[in-house]
Amino acid sequence: MEDCLAKKMEITVSEAEKRTGRNAMNIQETYTAYLIETRAVESQTEGQCAPVESLWRRYSEFELLRNYLSVTYPHIVVPPLPEKRADFVWHKLSADNMDPDFVERRRIGLENFLLRVASHPVLCQDKIFYAFLMQEGGWKEMVNETGFQLKADSRLKALNATFRVKNPDKRFTELKHYSDELQSVISHLLRVRARVADRLYGVYKVHGNYGRVFSEWSAIEKEMGDGLQSAGHHMDVYAASIDDILEEEEHYADQLKEYLFYAEALRAVCRKHELMQYDLEMAAQDLTSKKQQCEELATGTVRTFSLKGMTSKLFGQETPEQREAKIKVLEEQIREGEEQLKSKNLEGRDFVKSAWADIERFKEQKNHDLKEALISYAVMQISMCKKGIQVWTNAKECFSKM
Amino acid sequence: PLPEKFVVKGVVDRFSEEFVETRRKALDKFLKRITDHPVLSFNEHFNIFLTAKDLNAYKKQGMALLSKMGESVKYVTGGYKLRSRPLEFAAIGDYLDTFSLKLGTIDRIAQRIIKEQFEYLVELREYGPVYSTWGGLELELSEPLEGVSACIGNCCTALEELSEDMTEDFLPVLREYILYAESMKNVLKKRDQVQAEYEAKLEAVALKREDRPKVPTDVEKCQDRVECFNADLKADMERWQNNKRQDFRQLLMGMADKNIQYYEKCLTAWESIIPLLQDKPETK
Repeated sequence: MEDCLAKKMEITVSEAEKRTGRNAMNIQETYTAYLIETRAVESQTEGQCAPVESLWRRYSEFELLRNYLSVTYPHIVVPPLPEKRADFVWHKLSADNMDPDFVERRRIGLENFLLRVASHPVLCQDKIFYAFLMQEGGWKEMVNETGFQLKADSRLKALNATFRVKNPDKRFTELKHYSDELQSVISHLLRVRARVADRLYGVYKVHGNYGRVFSEWSAIEKEMGDGLQSAGHHMDVYAASIDDILEEEEHYADQLKEYLFYAEALRAVCRKHELMQYDLEMAAQDLTSKKQQCEELATGTVRTFSLKGMTSKLFGQETPEQREAKIKVLEEQIREGEEQLKSKNLEGRDFVKSAWADIERFKEQKNHDLKEALISYAVMQISMCKKGIQVWTNAKECFSKM
Repeated sequence: PLPEKFVVKGVVDRFSEEFVETRRKALDKFLKRITDHPVLSFNEHFNIFLTAKDLNAYKKQGMALLSKMGESVKYVTGGYKLRSRPLEFAAIGDYLDTFSLKLGTIDRIAQRIIKEQFEYLVELREYGPVYSTWGGLELELSEPLEGVSACIGNCCTALEELSEDMTEDFLPVLREYILYAESMKNVLKKRDQVQAEYEAKLEAVALKREDRPKVPTDVEKCQDRVECFNADLKADMERWQNNKRQDFRQLLMGMADKNIQYYEKCLTAWESIIPLLQDKPETK
C-alpha cells in the first residue's frame, strides 16, 4: 500500500452534468457526464496547494476502463462499478437514471470505484488508469490500441471449461460457491430491506394524520386545546422525519450493493482459473495422445481401433519412409507440446499464487468494510430510536398539559 | 354507556382471554362511573344490581317498571317537536357532534397505524433471519451478522407489544367515549322532548283562551321539569367535560408512553450490539 496512487493523489468525482450529444450511431442522446478532479498531495510543502486537474467522463467510459482492467489483470478481484440501472428500489425511490438522487448516488459510487482502484497495489500502477484520470482526449483510442479485447476469453469458452475441468484447485471451487451464495443472500437482503423501508415509511406517514385531526379537535376544546394543538405539531414532525432517515439508509444499501457486485468479480477470477486449468488439462491430454500415436507408429502395433488402421489393412500399409516422416512430425509436435505444457503449468501456478494473494487481500478488505457498514447501520438505527423517543416525549408533555 | 356488546371488526372469540380482559376493564369503568355519579349512585336499582344474589326475583318487578318506562318513552316521543333549541344547548349539541366525528377519525387513524405496523412487522420478520443466513456463510463476520439478526428479532418483539397495547388499551377506551358522546346526545334529545312537551301544553292553554289568569298545574309541573332537567344536564355536562379531560389526558399520555417504551427497547437492543460489532477477533 506504500506507493499506491491513492496516497499520492486526491481523487474526487465532484460533479455530474446532463449533456446531449451524438453517439456512435450518430443518434442524439442525453447522458450524464461526471467531473473527475485530481490533485497531487504535497506532503512536504506547506501552504502550497497543487493545482487541481479535471476532466469529464461518462459512465460508458468507466465501463470501458473496468473491462480493460478485468481482462488485463485476470488474477485480480477488480472493484465493481455502481449499478447501471436502479435496482432494489422501494416505491418512493425513482428508478429513473436521470433522477437527481440516483445520479448523486452514482457519483459517489464512481468516486468510490476510482478510490478502490487507486488504492490497489497492482491496479494503481496501470498506465491506462492513470491516463483515464489525467488525459481527456484520445483515451479511448489508447485503450483500444492495447488490443485487450482480443485477450478477452469468450463466455462460451469459459462456460465449457467450467463444466469440463477435472482438477481445479479446491480453494477456487469453494470460493466460487461462496460467491454464488454471497450474491444470493445479499440480493435477498436488499430486496427485503427495500420492502421494510416501504412499510416503515407508511407507518410514519400515517401519524401525520394525527397532526391534522388533533388540530381540528383542539378548535372545539377550551382547556385541552393548546395541549392537543402542540401535540399535533409533534406528530407532524414525526411523520416528516422518516424521509431523512430512509435517505441515510440508502447509503447503507449502496455499501451492500458494492459487495453484491464484488461477488461477480470473485467469480470472474475463479472462472479464469478454471479456464487455465482446463486448457492445461487439454494440452496434457493432447500431448499424451500424440505420444501414444508416436509409439504406435514406431512399434507397428495398433492399440486402438482407428480408421487409419483399417484403411491400411485394406489398402496396404504405408512405406517405411512415410512412417518415418510421420514419426518425425509427431516428435517435433511432442517437443513443442512439452514446452507449452511446461509454460502453461508455470503460468497456472503463478496465476493461482497471485490470485490467491489478492483474494486474501480482498477478504480482509471485505471483512473490514462490512463491519464498518454494519456499525454505521446500527448507529443509524440508534439515531432513529432516539429521535422517536424525543418526539413522543415532547408529545407526552403536551398531553400532560391538557 | 355500556361497553360494546359485539366487536364490530372481525370475528372475535368471546371466550378469548384478551377479549374477556378488555371487556372486564370496560365493565369495571362503567360501574365506577355510575358509582361516581351524584345522582345515579343512589339509584335503588343500581344498589340491587350490586348486592342481590338472585336478580331474577327483581326482574319481575323490573318488568313492570320497564313497561311503564316504555310507555312514557312513547308518550314523550309522540308528536312533540321542538321549535328551537336554546343556544347553550345547541352549542353542546354541536360540540358533541364534532367531538364524535373527531374521535371517529382518531379511531380510524389508530387502526390504520396498527395495520401498517403489522405489515412492517411481517417484513421485519423476514429481514432478520437473512442476516443469520449470511452469517452462516462467513467466518469473521459470523458473530456480527448473527448479532444484527438477533437485534432485529428483539425489535420485532417490541413492535408486537406496542401494537398489542394499542389494540387492547387504547382503542377500547376511545370507542367507549364515542358511545359516551352518543349517550349525552340522547340526553340532550330527551331534554328537547321535555321542553317541547312544556311548550306544546303552554300553547294549548293559550289557544283555549281561558279567562283563568292562572296557569294550570300540569303545565306548571312541566315547566319545573324543564328547569330541573336543564340544570341537571348542565351540571352533568360539566362533570362529563372534566372527566373527559382527565380520561383523555391519561389515554394520550399512555399512548405516548407506549411508543416511548417501544423505542427504548429498540435502542437498548441496538446499543448492545455496537461493542459486538466493533470487537476485533482475538486470534486469526
